[in-house]
Formats: sequence, structure tokens, C-alpha cells
Amino acid sequence: MSNTSLTKSRKSSTLQVLPALPYMLWLVVFIAVPLGLVLFFALTDSSGSFTLDNIVQAGEHMQVLLRSIKLAAIATFLCVVLAYPLAYIISRRNGFRRRTLLMLVMLPMWMNFLLRTYAWMTLLENNGIINRFIMFLGLEPVHMINTQGAVILGMIYNYIPFMILPLYTTMAKIGNDVIEAAQDLGANSWKIVTKVVFPLSLPGVSSGITMVFVPAVSTFIISKMLGGGTNQLIGDIIDLQFLGNTYNPNLGSAISLVLMVVVLLCMSIMGNMDDETMGGRIL
Amino acid sequence: MKKHKWLETSYISLMMAFLYAPILVLMIFSFNDSKSRNVWSGFTLHWYRDLFHDQEIISALMITLLIAFASAAIATVLGTAAAIGLNKMNRKLKSVVMTFTTLPMVNPDIITGVSLMLLFIYLRVEFGLSTLILAHVTFNVPYVILNVMPKLRTMDKHTYEAAMDLGCNPVQAFFKVVIPEIMPGIMSGFLMALTFSMDDFVISYFVGGASVQTLPVAIWSQTRRRVTPKINALSTIIFVVVVAVLVISNIHSARKEKMLREGRQREVRQRKVGE
Repeated sequence: MSNTSLTKSRKSSTLQVLPALPYMLWLVVFIAVPLGLVLFFALTDSSGSFTLDNIVQAGEHMQVLLRSIKLAAIATFLCVVLAYPLAYIISRRNGFRRRTLLMLVMLPMWMNFLLRTYAWMTLLENNGIINRFIMFLGLEPVHMINTQGAVILGMIYNYIPFMILPLYTTMAKIGNDVIEAAQDLGANSWKIVTKVVFPLSLPGVSSGITMVFVPAVSTFIISKMLGGGTNQLIGDIIDLQFLGNTYNPNLGSAISLVLMVVVLLCMSIMGNMDDETMGGRIL
Repeated sequence: MKKHKWLETSYISLMMAFLYAPILVLMIFSFNDSKSRNVWSGFTLHWYRDLFHDQEIISALMITLLIAFASAAIATVLGTAAAIGLNKMNRKLKSVVMTFTTLPMVNPDIITGVSLMLLFIYLRVEFGLSTLILAHVTFNVPYVILNVMPKLRTMDKHTYEAAMDLGCNPVQAFFKVVIPEIMPGIMSGFLMALTFSMDDFVISYFVGGASVQTLPVAIWSQTRRRVTPKINALSTIIFVVVVAVLVISNIHSARKEKMLREGRQREVRQRKVGE
């Protein structure tokens, strides 16, 4: 009796899982197999036989990889610094003001980001709008375009909403009563920020960091537009292997694999940071 | 305290100036008489007129919309079904599926694009509309699933059973009870898929091939040479439409909030009168 009801319930549960089947097939064909192909191409030559040459060759682009990591890390750090106060201010507002500020933060993302980056070219060029203004004031023009600084600026500009939003979400959860309690217990505003708000906002910081760092380290658009030819990033090298003059998907796959490892490392570090802060809070 | 306020206002203003400076530049130069992108030479509207006669831009826009609606529709059906199945799945299998689901969200776009390009090369599928739609569905489904799942989780299971008790067969009960209940999640998933699809450049760039260009890909190839102010005009139009929609919905929800508040006050007043 109980046996038959068990098989019945199991049968019905397999039936209930059925709607997910097409999607699971889709995942295999369009996510798992393609990533497997990246690995396969990275470890074979153009005739399809096993080789480690691509990985060795990918090592030659170490300098570019390090530059990508450096620029993306600087941009991510500056994003935290610039976004943190703004997210906090938004989270302490309510109703109409909060919604308006949030909308103002998200609105730029609805303008095509290639065009926004292109507009920065107009602003930063040697005879661009900023330099015209500087010369109008009677000062020496500044060389800005095609520098690493311009690339960092482009990264901050494009990805700072991805820092503001998760920060805001975690901070919005910190009740005003918690802050008032700290005030009642004699904390000044500096202490409130460092001892109450910051520890509670750490999950937002770490997810903001991954959401900014990952697209920044892998971009090839910002570096092409604002970095000129001299500040290539790892994304540019990958792009060159697949759609550029030096068509070589095997090498491209090997470099993609290296980039994936970097991204995974970054995310696991951030994940650990999250766990540690959680543990710290329980203690 | 006053000094504090002043500091706060100027900081917010600076951040907004930073966020909106390039957008302002873009919009202003859509009204510029010459083709230059940094010298102002007089006001004109002719880029807006020419825009609608530019076959290349219009066809890129149409392709973008076609891909967005097709891929969002497929992703919505696939994702909603998947969410319903996932909801009943045992925990182990579910966590495996969810890991693969979030993979394209956390992986850099360039890796997703390159890996799909390799797949199409390997299967010898010709690059074009079909590869674009397949790729867009792939990165859109996760957003649908993540929007529908919470709605399913918070849904009252008994309404479904009640519908069955009242004589619905499972299919009827599903379409009359479950679907209306999770509709808000399906809609927001669909809309998110739509925007992500229209906005995507990197993945389309790798899987689009040479023959079919979406709007972002067309813009990219122009930025390598020179962007015509017509593109500025088009994005100004799109931006203004988006702003209008957002402002209206913002006012709408503000009004709703106010009405709720007033309703509550009236209730309190009535209760007092009753006492």
C-alpha cells in the first residue's frame, strides 16, 4: 500500500519536473557544450590533435593580462569610493526622492553604451570639449585620450551603476532604528559609518566588486575607443583571434580560458570575503 | 548640519554631472548642423528627418526589434516552463541546473559570445538571424527564470487544488489559476529579456556574422570610422521615450502610494468616529 503510493508520488514528481526538460536540453547544447568547446579548442591545434602550444602562446600575452587586471582593479576600487556615499544617501531617503534618485542612476544605461563611450571621446580628445574649455580659461590643454587614465574613466563611467545598485540594496535593509540605536548608545557619525553601516553593507560591496570587475577586466570596447592602439586589454587580444586579422580560434580559446580562471578566482575571493563577514557577525 | 547638507548636494550634483555629461553631449550634437562631433555650427533638425530615410539604420533597428521580440518570447515560454519544473525538482538536481543558469550571467560576455561562436562554427551553422536569436534566447532565459521562481514559491498551492476540486482538469487549472498568479513575474521577465536583448552588443558581435547587423553592431562599425549624427538622433528619440515611460510610472506609483496613505488615514478616522 505505502509502496504503491510512494511510486505514484515519485511518478507524479517526475511528471511535474517535465516542463523543465526543454530548458535543461537547451542548457546542455548552448551553455555546457560551448564551454566544453572552448576547452577543446584551447587544447588542440587547427587539425584537431592535442597540443599545449596554445596555452604556452597565451602566456606571451601575460603583460596584457596583468594590465587588464590592474586597470580593472583600479576602476573597481574607485567605483566603490565614488558609489558608496551615493548609495548610502539614496538608502536614507524615502518615497518620491528615493525613487527619483534611483531612476537617475539607472537612466544612463538606457542610452546605448557604445555611444556613451563614443561621447567620452568627444569630451576627452585633444581638441575636445573639455580641452576647449580649459583653453578658454587660458590654461594649457591636457592630453587625456588614448591614455590608461581614459580607459579607467570609461570603465568607471560604464559600470558604476552596477556598484551603486547592489550597495543601495543592502543599505536599504539597514533600518533607521539600528542607526538610531547606535546614536543613543553614543556613537558619532564616523563611528556609525565604520562600525554599523560598513559591516552590514559588505555583501553589497562584494557583489558590486564582482559586477564591476568582471565586465571591466574583459572589455575590448572601452580600450579600443578610449585607449587608442597602445593600451590593449586581454579582451582585444581575444577579439583579434576570433574576428581580427590574426584568425586563430585555438589561441583565442586558450586566452579565454585564462580569462575565465581570473574571473573565477576573483569571484571565489569575493565569495570568501562574504562568508568571513557572515561568520564575524555571528561571532 | 547645514555644512553637511551643502557637501551632500554638491557631491550628488557632481556624480550626476559625471553620469549625464556624455549623454548631454550626444543629444546636443544630434541638433548640430555639420557632421562634426565637437564643433557647434548651428541648430538643425535635418538629422531627425534623414534618419527615417536611412535604409541601413532602419533595417538595423528592425532586425534588433525582431530579434528582441522573438528571443524574449521564446525565452519567456522556455523560462516559465523551466521555473515550474524547477519548483518541483529535488534540491540536488535543482542546484546543478541553477549553477548552469547563472553561468552566462556571471561569465564575461566575451566568453559567452566566443563559446557560442565556436559552437556554430563546429556545427557548421551559418551565421545570421537564427544564430542571433539562439544566442539571445540563451542569455535571456535566466532573467525569466529568476523573475518567475519567486512568484511560484510564494504562490498559494491550495488555489490550484481548489480549481481541481471544482472540476478543472490539470491543464485548465494551470492556465486559469497558476498562470494568472505568476503573470507579474512572467511580464517582468519578458521585459527584462527585451531590454537585455536590444542592448546587447558583445554577444551579437561574435555570433552575428557579416550579413546581419543589429543596431548596436551597426553603431560599433560606425564608431570605428565616424558616427553619423543620425545615430545620435535615433538614440535621443529612444532615450526620451524611455524617460517618458519611467517618469509616468514613477508618478503613477507615487499617486498610488498617496492614495494608500489617504485610505489608511480615512480608515483610522472612521474608526475614531465609530468609537
